[in-house]
Amino acid sequence: MRRVAITGLGVVAPGGVGVKEYWNLLTAGRTATRRISFYDPSPFRSQVAAECDFDALAAGLSHQEIRRLDRAAQFAVVSTREAIADSGLDLSALDPGRVGTAVGSAVGCTTSLEREYAVVSDGGRKWNVDHEYAVPELYRHFVPSSIAAEVGLAAGAEGPAAVVSTGCTSGLDSLGHAVELIREGTTDIMIAGATEAPISPITSACFDAIHATTPRNDTPESSCRPFDRTRSGLVLGEGAAILVLEELESARRRGAHIYAEIAGFASRCNAYHMTGLKPEGLEMAEAIDAALAEARLAPDTLDYINAHGSGTKMNDRHETGAFKRSLGDHAYRTPVSSIKSMIGHSLGAIGSLEIAACALAMEHGILPPTANLHEPDPELDLDYIPLVAREKKTDAVLSVGSGFGGFQSAMVLARPERSTS
Amino acid sequence: MTTAVVTGLGITAPNGLGTEDYWKATLAGESGLGPVTRFDAGQYPSRIAGEVSDYVAEDHIPSRLMPQTDHMTRLALTAADWALADAGIDTTDMPEYGIGVVTAASGGAVEFGQRELQNLWSKGKEYVSAYQSFAWFYAVNTGQISIRHKLRGPSGVLLTEQAGGIDSLGHARRHIRKGFPAVISGGIDAAICPWGWVPQIASGLMSTVNDPARAYLPFSEEAGGYVPGEGGAILLVEDAESARTRGAATVYGEIAGYAATLDPAPGTGRPPGLRRAAENALADAGITAGDIDVVFADAAGVPDLDRAEAQTLTALFGAHGVPVTAPKTMTGRLLAGGAALDVATALLALRDGVVPPTANVGAADPGHTIDLVTEAREANLRHALVLARGHGGFNAALVVRR
Amino acid sequence: MSTTTATVTLADLTRMLRESAGEEEGIDLDGDVIDTPFMELGYDSLALLQVIGQIQREYGIEIPDDAVVDAETPGALLALINSGRATAA
Repeated sequence: MRRVAITGLGVVAPGGVGVKEYWNLLTAGRTATRRISFYDPSPFRSQVAAECDFDALAAGLSHQEIRRLDRAAQFAVVSTREAIADSGLDLSALDPGRVGTAVGSAVGCTTSLEREYAVVSDGGRKWNVDHEYAVPELYRHFVPSSIAAEVGLAAGAEGPAAVVSTGCTSGLDSLGHAVELIREGTTDIMIAGATEAPISPITSACFDAIHATTPRNDTPESSCRPFDRTRSGLVLGEGAAILVLEELESARRRGAHIYAEIAGFASRCNAYHMTGLKPEGLEMAEAIDAALAEARLAPDTLDYINAHGSGTKMNDRHETGAFKRSLGDHAYRTPVSSIKSMIGHSLGAIGSLEIAACALAMEHGILPPTANLHEPDPELDLDYIPLVAREKKTDAVLSVGSGFGGFQSAMVLARPERSTS
Repeated sequence: MTTAVVTGLGITAPNGLGTEDYWKATLAGESGLGPVTRFDAGQYPSRIAGEVSDYVAEDHIPSRLMPQTDHMTRLALTAADWALADAGIDTTDMPEYGIGVVTAASGGAVEFGQRELQNLWSKGKEYVSAYQSFAWFYAVNTGQISIRHKLRGPSGVLLTEQAGGIDSLGHARRHIRKGFPAVISGGIDAAICPWGWVPQIASGLMSTVNDPARAYLPFSEEAGGYVPGEGGAILLVEDAESARTRGAATVYGEIAGYAATLDPAPGTGRPPGLRRAAENALADAGITAGDIDVVFADAAGVPDLDRAEAQTLTALFGAHGVPVTAPKTMTGRLLAGGAALDVATALLALRDGVVPPTANVGAADPGHTIDLVTEAREANLRHALVLARGHGGFNAALVVRR
Repeated sequence: MSTTTATVTLADLTRMLRESAGEEEGIDLDGDVIDTPFMELGYDSLALLQVIGQIQREYGIEIPDDAVVDAETPGALLALINSGRATAA
C-alpha cells in the first residue's frame, strides 16, 4: 500500500509567523491569549482570544494578494509558501496534475464577510443589502472554496482541490482527505492543512450565546485552562498550518527530510447533538481504534496524545473518557497535552496546527505542555503535562479532534521505519 | 474492487418536489425559473431565480428543528428522508458505524446567517440566536442529517462551489471502497436572500435578463450569464454487494468513474482542467469517450465558459459526437446542489432510456460544435458523463453506468 | 443594578419555549409540566439557552449563567426568574 509522509511544514499562529516561532512558543509553555484587540470586546461575555500579530506584507504577500484574499486565505498562502520551501520540493519540475490541495476551514472567510456585510447593510439597517457597495472580491469570500483555489494557485497544483469543512475537526479531516488521495494513487503530493481567522464580532456573539467561550476576562493570558478544575470554556484563536504530504517511497528516493508518516486516520459522528457530547466518548474512541488499526499499531505503542483539550467542562471529560476506553491502562502511562492552552482554539485550523505540533514533537523529542494547569480536576486523572514541556522520544503519537455537528476524528503519526503489529 | 451503486434518490428542485414530479417536469421541458418571490428583488439588476415552490417546511420538519434550521437544511433533511425511503433501507439493520454522510456546500445557510448578522449589527449581541453557532455553517446539512437518522459513520463536507455535488459523491465512493456499506451524499443549497444574492451579483456572472425564458441560455448565441436556483439532490450510495444482500428494490446505476482537477494559474498558457477531469474519470471507469452515450454539461451560461466547455467536448468526442444536455436550464444553477441533481438526473435518464432536454435554448451557437439536445430524446443509454465547474477553477467529472 | 419586578408565568414560558425551540412530538406543553424536567419535555441545554435569551430580551432582565444548569424544570426556572435573582439588565 502507498504510504504518506510529512515532508514540509508552514505555520501562522498566535505568538508568531513561521514554524520556528511556533515551536518556541509551544515548548516555552508561553500563552498567546490576550484581551481582544481587533474590535471592542466589552459588550461580549467572553473578551479574550489568541490573535495573530500578522503583517501580510512582511509575511511576503503582494498588495494584490492582500486585496484579493480574506485573512484566512492570507494565512493559508503564507503557510503554503513556507511549507513548500521547507520540503525542498521543486514543484515546477513535477506534473502539476499529480499535486492536489486540501484545506480545512470551519467558517471560511467570515471576517471579510462580516466586514462587507456591515457596509452593504449599512450597519444592519437594510435587509435588502446594497449591491452598489459590494466589493469585487465579495463572491470569493462568500464561497470559502476560494481558499483551496488560492493554495492551489500558490503551489501551482492542478490535481484535485477542495476545502474540507467539518467544523472543528476540519483540520484533521483535510489531512485525512489528503492522505486518502495519495494512498489511492490519485496524487503523489498534497498541499494540505487548514486555516481559520474567526475572530470577529459575529463569532464572539454566537459563542457567547451558547456559553462556549470562557467568561474569565480578568487574566487573559491564563484564560484557557484545559483539564484544570477551574476551566470555564474555550478561547478563540486563529492561524493556519499547511503541510506538504508525499508518497513515502518517492520522498525517500529524493532524500527528503521526513518528519513523520501519517499512519492512520478515522472520523466518526456521534449523531447525537449539534453541540453536545455524551461523557463516555464512544464515537471518539471508535475513531481512535480505527485510526490505530489503519496504522497497524497497538494502543500501548502510543507515546503521546495531543488532545482536543478545548477547556470546556464537557469536552475535557469526554475525551479523557475516550482515551481510557481506547487505550485501557496505557492511558494512564501516556502523556497528554492541549496546546489550545497556549494558542487558543482556531476552530477549523486547529487540527492541522496540532498535527504540525505533533510532527515537531517527534522531530525534537519534546512534548509541548498544557499551560495554565495549576489545579488538576480530580475527575480527570491522566498525565496532562502541566505547565512545562517534557523531553521524550516518541515513535507514535495520536491527535484527536471533536466538533460541532458531532464530528470526532483521530489521526496517528508514526516513524515510517517502526515495526507494526 | 468494490462497486458503489446508487439505490436511493431524494430530489428537491425548482421544477419538481420529489423524484417523479421533478423527472416528469424535466422530460416535459417545464422550467421552474421565475421572478424572485423569497425577497423583494426589485432593486437588483438580476431578478430571476429557480425557487422550490410548494415546499411547506412544517409538513416535513419536526417542530423542535424549525427554530434551529435554515430553509437550506430543511430541504436537505427532506431530501435525505426521501433518499433513505426510496432505498428502502432500515438504518438500524446496518452495522453501528456503517453509514456515513458526505455533503457539498457553497456559502452555507445564508438566510439564517443574514438574519443573525442583522440582529447583531442592528440590535446587539443579545439578539443573536444560540443556534447561530452551527445553523449557518458549511457542515450543518451533514451534521443534521447524521443526527436525524443516527448515522455514526464517517462524516464529510466538501467545498468546491458548483463542482461540490460531484466531489461529495466521489468521496462517498471512497468510503464504500474502504468497507462502509452505505453513505448518504450529494448536495442541497439555497441562497435566495439578499445576502446570498449580492455576492453573486458581484461575481459578474449572473444574468441580468429578467425574462425567465431568456435569462439562462447556455451554449446559445444569446448566452449572457446564469440564473441561481435552490435545491439539489441527496443520493444513497451503497456497496453493490450490501445492496444485493439486503434486497435493495432499485439500483439506479453505478458510480463508475470520478475525477477532479484545478485549473492552472492564469498566464501559464496551460489549458483549463475540465478536459483532464473528464479524461481521468473515463479512465477511472475503464472506458473510452466512445462508450459515453450522453453528457450532462456544466453549462455555465457565460460565453467564455460555454466556449471552453464546448471545445472540451469537441476535443473529447469529436464535433457533434455525443448528445449534450443541460436540464439545469429548468432549475437554474444550484450552487453545491447542482451537480448532485445532474447526477440524479443522469441516473433517471439511464433508467428510462431518454435524454432530458435543454430548455429555452432553441439551438446551440453554431460556433459550438456540439449536439445539444433541446427536445427529450429516446436512446439506449448505458454510460453518462456529468461535468461540473466551480468558481475559482474547480473541475469535476463523474461517470454513471446502468 | 436593581432587582426586577417582572413576573413571568408558566404560560409566558411555554409560549417562549414554543417560539425559541419548538415543541417535541407527543408532549403537551399546556398540560401539567411545571415540575417536569426540561429534558423530558424534549429541551436540551441549547434550547434553554435560546429561551433564556428570549426571556432576557423580552423582560429586560439578566438571568445568571448557571440557570441553564441549575434550573431543571419550568418551575425551577420561573422561581429563579421571579425570586429577584435575575437583575434588571
